[in-house]
Amino acid sequence: MHVRVLAFARLRELVGFGERRIACTSGATLDDLWGELARENAEVAALRPSTRFARNGVLAAGTTVLADGDEVALLPPVGGG
Amino acid sequence: MIALCAGPLALEPLIAAVRDDAHGAIVTFLGVTRATSNGDSRPVEALEYEAYPAMAQAEMEAIAAEAQRRFGPLRIAMLHRTGRVERGEPSVAIAVGTPHRPAAFAACAFAIDALKARVEIWKNECYADGASAWQPNAEAAP
Repeated sequence: MHVRVLAFARLRELVGFGERRIACTSGATLDDLWGELARENAEVAALRPSTRFARNGVLAAGTTVLADGDEVALLPPVGGG
Repeated sequence: MIALCAGPLALEPLIAAVRDDAHGAIVTFLGVTRATSNGDSRPVEALEYEAYPAMAQAEMEAIAAEAQRRFGPLRIAMLHRTGRVERGEPSVAIAVGTPHRPAAFAACAFAIDALKARVEIWKNECYADGASAWQPNAEAAP
């Protein structure tokens, strides 16, 4: 199955894409997906404590199981205003 | 009127949007790009804002609904810039109209504080030397 991953701000620069379709195994969680993105990128891995996830526009815990076609967003600490 | 917008901001359309014969008070807030950052001594030339539009819009609408519950009856308008905002230019504008002024002041303060803590918008500070850095808000959720 595939999910569409959105990355913003510093995370977008570090993972090297703003939006990308990524293949996942059935039963994969948000934490699993993060693990793939962070596996060979220590700068990405270091941002896990300050990163929140959203699944289909709603904040979601890392243990959330993904479904085919989900939109996943990687959200750094916000900076609006 | 609650939206992200790519062009310059002005207060007048927000004031018009919250005007009501039942309202004796309209309080406005304009957030403007400062020349200096909290986290950096270099002069700031501009801010570049990036948003997750679907979540940012939903969160701004949730903040407006919460303001209504806590401080209403009121009318609230909220616009936030995306893209590059030069030093001295506004990046966020809020107007709140209420029957009496205490609720308008309280709701406007609540709305900007909640926006800075919760809305999915990010800012990249661009410095005079050509460098830039993403600056999270102190009040952002961890």
